[in-house]
Formats: sequence, C-alpha cells, structure tokens
Amino acid sequence: MIGQSLVSAFEAAHAELFEGLLNSILLTVASLAIGYPLAVVLAVCVMAPSRWVRRTGLVIVEIGRGLPLLVLLQLIYFGLPDAGLTLGVTAAAVAGLAFQTAAYGSEIMRASLEAVPQGQHEAASAAGLSAAASFWTIVLPQGIRIAIPPMLSIGLTVFLATSLAFVITAPELMSKAYGYGSSTFQYLEVFVLAGLMYAAIALPASAAVALLERRLGRHLAHAH
Amino acid sequence: MTDALDAILPGVLNTLLLTALSFLAGAVLALPIVALRSSRGLLVRGIARLFVDLLRSVPPITWLFLIFFGLPQVGVTLDAFPAALIGLSVIASAFLSETYRAGMLAVDRGQVEAARSLGLGSLDVGVRIIAPQAIRVVIPTSATYAIGLLKDTSVASTIGVAEIAMKASGYAQQNGQALRILTLAGVIYLVLSLPLAIVSRGVDRRLRLKFAVV
Repeated sequence: MIGQSLVSAFEAAHAELFEGLLNSILLTVASLAIGYPLAVVLAVCVMAPSRWVRRTGLVIVEIGRGLPLLVLLQLIYFGLPDAGLTLGVTAAAVAGLAFQTAAYGSEIMRASLEAVPQGQHEAASAAGLSAAASFWTIVLPQGIRIAIPPMLSIGLTVFLATSLAFVITAPELMSKAYGYGSSTFQYLEVFVLAGLMYAAIALPASAAVALLERRLGRHLAHAH
Repeated sequence: MTDALDAILPGVLNTLLLTALSFLAGAVLALPIVALRSSRGLLVRGIARLFVDLLRSVPPITWLFLIFFGLPQVGVTLDAFPAALIGLSVIASAFLSETYRAGMLAVDRGQVEAARSLGLGSLDVGVRIIAPQAIRVVIPTSATYAIGLLKDTSVASTIGVAEIAMKASGYAQQNGQALRILTLAGVIYLVLSLPLAIVSRGVDRRLRLKFAVV
C-alpha cells in the first residue's frame, strides 16, 4: 500500500523534486568551485612563515569548522543585512557552503602537503630550486594529488549539507519536498522520495570515491 | 546583550541533552551493528552495510522530517524532542559503528590468533582482547564525532526543538537584531565544543603515551 502511494506521489511530485535536486547539485558545484581554491589558499596561509598570516588563517579555519552550518547560513542570510550586506538566498547558501568547504578542506590540504615525502623537498633544493619555487612546482602539485580523494568526500558532504539551505528557503530538494508535503499532507511519501534521491546520488558517488582512493593510492604503496 | 543571552541560555540545556543522549544511544546501538557487520553470513553483513550506508547517504534534516512529519501518517506521532533524539541516535549509531570497525581493524591479527590458540572463545576475544586495544583508536575519533553531533543538533530546530539555534532565530524574528543574536549563538556553539576538543586531544595523548603508540 505504501509502495502504491509512493508511486502516485512520485508521479505527482517528480517535476518539483527533480528541479529541487538539480538546484541542490548546482549549489554543490558552485560552492565547491569557490571552496576548493579557497581551501588551498587557507592551507598555505596556515603553513606560512609569517606568524600573523598563520594565526589569521587558523582563526578563519576554526570559525568555519566550529559553527553549525545551519547557524552560519542564518547568520549570512538574516544577520548580514544588519551590517549592510544583503544577499539573495542562492548567494547566501553558496557563501556559507563555500566557507565550510574551505575551512574543512584546508585541514585536508594541510595534512596532504605535510604528507609529501621529505625527499621531494631535499631533491628540489639540491636541484637548485628556491624555497618558493620548490613549494609551488614540486610540493603543492603532489599535495593536491594526495588531497583529491578526501576532498571529493568533502564534496559529497557538501551535497548532503545543501539540504540545510532549507532554513533560508533556498529552492533546493528539501524545500521542494516540504512544499509538496505541506500542500498535500503526503509528508511520508515525499520525504521517502527525497531521501531516495539523496541516496541515489550519494551512494554511487561514495563508492566511486573509495575506488578512486585505491587507484590513486596504488603508486604510494611502492614509495613507502 | 543580556536579554539576548537570556533568550538563548534555556536552549543550551536542550542542545547539551540532545547531544549527550543521542551520542550515548548511538554508542550502544553501534555495538550490534558492528557485530552484524563482522558476521560470517554474507546476507547479514550486506544488510548491515546497507543500513549504515543508507543512514550516511541521506541528510539528517531529511530523517528528522521523515520521523516528525511523515510517521504520523502511519500512526506514530512523536513530540519534537523524542523525534530528534531517535533520528540523531540512529544516525550516530551508523557513524560510530564505522569508528568501532576502524578500531577493530587496527588491532593486529596476531593478537586474535594468539588469543584463539590460548583457547579463548569469540566473546572473550572480542571483549578482552580486541576491545581494550581498539578503544585507543575509537576514543579520539568518537570525540571528534561528538563535536560534529553537537553542531548537528541545530538541525532539530527545524522541527521545533527549543535548542540554541531555535531560541536564537525565534528571538531574531521577534526583536530583529539577527546579526547580534546569531553571532552570540555561534559563539556559544564554539565555546561548548571547546571542552570536547580538549578532552579529545588530552585523551588521545594519554592513550598514546600509555600504549606507546607512535
């Protein structure tokens, strides 16, 4: 019986839900496109020689990691207008998600940069590269390669976290599902469908990340 | 500022209560999940794995809405707090079962073989050999998860649990000053997660010293 009402709810709601899912995916893509490069910048700041750059970077990272996303989104959307900065729902959602991507991503980037074998630094300096040249051309590219699988896991987390943009009424999947539920009272059906949609993306994506992790890790097995 | 603080403080108790209770319930529920995931039966293992993966592949807000708004359709009507508690506990059990598993896998296989050859049964091997060694891997990652859970409880505000985020946005809707009150809410979350972070680091260091893990 529940199966039957699921099918009929899907027939009635699928256009709305797919539009919401598409918006969730677009929010994810935009947030990652901004958040990933910022993560590298923050990681470089946190590892910088200057103490003030390091501290500023750390404070930004800790705030980004310490705030619940739900509060951060409300702060940006409802709070910032008090300070004269008014953003639309989409811009506010992307700002919050990109900030958290950058904060969490910078920790991964930092660990990945530290994981680049010491011999690489030594070889670069023996070959006559300056410290800066060695960082930008030798260490950073290898660090980024190590960071790829965990960064993709963060991307998956961001996709699931777009659901919190519901609280600032961004038109993503949860908002669409809730809207359908409150007008038809078929909450059970519509949230099961929404859950299945999230899982339909997240399950294969996390399997793919795990596979990639094994593939990319293959060359490292010989190095250590 | 004090009236804003007065508005939020009653929510702190609910946030802490929700965090502590769902963490404890999740830590207990994770035990049978880990047992099923290490079972010999392929089907049992597959079902346990699907359960864990499914819980982790759907956002918490979706689970809470499903429980709070959806279940009344099949005759199960819950108040907001128990609904949030059940949802967050089950989600926590999935994540914690993964940290338990990582802890178990970190125990050297030779330990299990040695215990078996000394004639210990499966239960004894699990409780007396694997668990004490696995715990040093489990505690720091669980503490990190608890910090995440503290922040995740803010999702309960969406179904009306009167915790920090709910109190803050309620105050902002009535009195304006959203920036001030939401910043204050954010600072409270940061302050609350500090002791957990310190505990997590301290326990980690002590256990590492005790077991001389490098």
